[in-house]
Amino acid sequence: MLETISGPWHWSVSGIAIAAVMFMLLYAGKEFGVSSNLRTACTIAGAGRKYPFFDIDWRAQQWNLLFVGGSVFGGFLAYYVFPSPEPVQISSETIDYLRSVGVSAPGEQVGSSYVPAELFALSEFSLATLLTVVVGGFLIGFGARWAGGCTSGHAISGLSNLQLPSLIAVIGFFIGGLAMSWLILPLILQLQ
Amino acid sequence: MHYFTYLTIGAFFGFVMTKSEAVSWYRIQEMFRFESFHMYGIIGTAVIVGAIGIALAKRFDWKAIHGEELRLRPKDFSVPRYLYGGILFGLGWALTGACPGPMFVLLGQGIWLIGAVILSSILGTFTYGVLRDRLPH
Repeated sequence: MLETISGPWHWSVSGIAIAAVMFMLLYAGKEFGVSSNLRTACTIAGAGRKYPFFDIDWRAQQWNLLFVGGSVFGGFLAYYVFPSPEPVQISSETIDYLRSVGVSAPGEQVGSSYVPAELFALSEFSLATLLTVVVGGFLIGFGARWAGGCTSGHAISGLSNLQLPSLIAVIGFFIGGLAMSWLILPLILQLQ
Repeated sequence: MHYFTYLTIGAFFGFVMTKSEAVSWYRIQEMFRFESFHMYGIIGTAVIVGAIGIALAKRFDWKAIHGEELRLRPKDFSVPRYLYGGILFGLGWALTGACPGPMFVLLGQGIWLIGAVILSSILGTFTYGVLRDRLPH
């Protein structure tokens, strides 16, 4: 039982569980969309006084902040209390490619096997790290709000509800993602 | 609904995102390089199960817990905002290996630098709000 919970889980189980999250929120009278919290954070910081886009009642979004707070705890539980018995098992092609651009395979370095030490370990801080966290985060926040949603709002909720705009957004996610993974990331990794 | 409910659903979500490995930078690279079915399986299953459930909910007029309509608002149609915004989002997603849900889950896993990604994403959202009227939608 413990082994089953500690995972890693089969993709089909994970997919059903994510759909279940969406249905639980719909049943509660809410909608599944995590990036809205970034706007709420701006509102709480006072951005609504000067910019009408942030002039919203943040209390109506309290449930979503709680959801995000819960997800931090869920990550803690899944990582520290029910740790996965093995490093993330990515394909050997991906491992070979990443090694060729100077990124270690999952589990090769001390610390988390979910993210590469070359980009996320505090001890390996470099120009590549800085670009990743600052530029990457900025693009996520700017892009998600411009597109009106992120992976949860568009790829899961929107596509499930057969929304054409969400399909356009997901196509956009892939255009950007492919350009980054194939063209830009290899250049950034050289800056380590 | 009680606060505890949303904390619990969120905790379940964080647990699922970790065990599915969707929070992994490695899994996102593998997905964009088309070298594994894993992420497509997760998203595909979620969308198929979600679409069947939502179709049933509409067909049989299922209500939310207090008898209100389910929040399934249609999105206004246009192309520029979804395409341009989506492209910028995809660039950030593939670079950090995290989208807004996983960012918070990774914080719970003690990946402290992801905190800088979160702060920067809030700044990105703020900048969008400032420039909104000047952007095509």
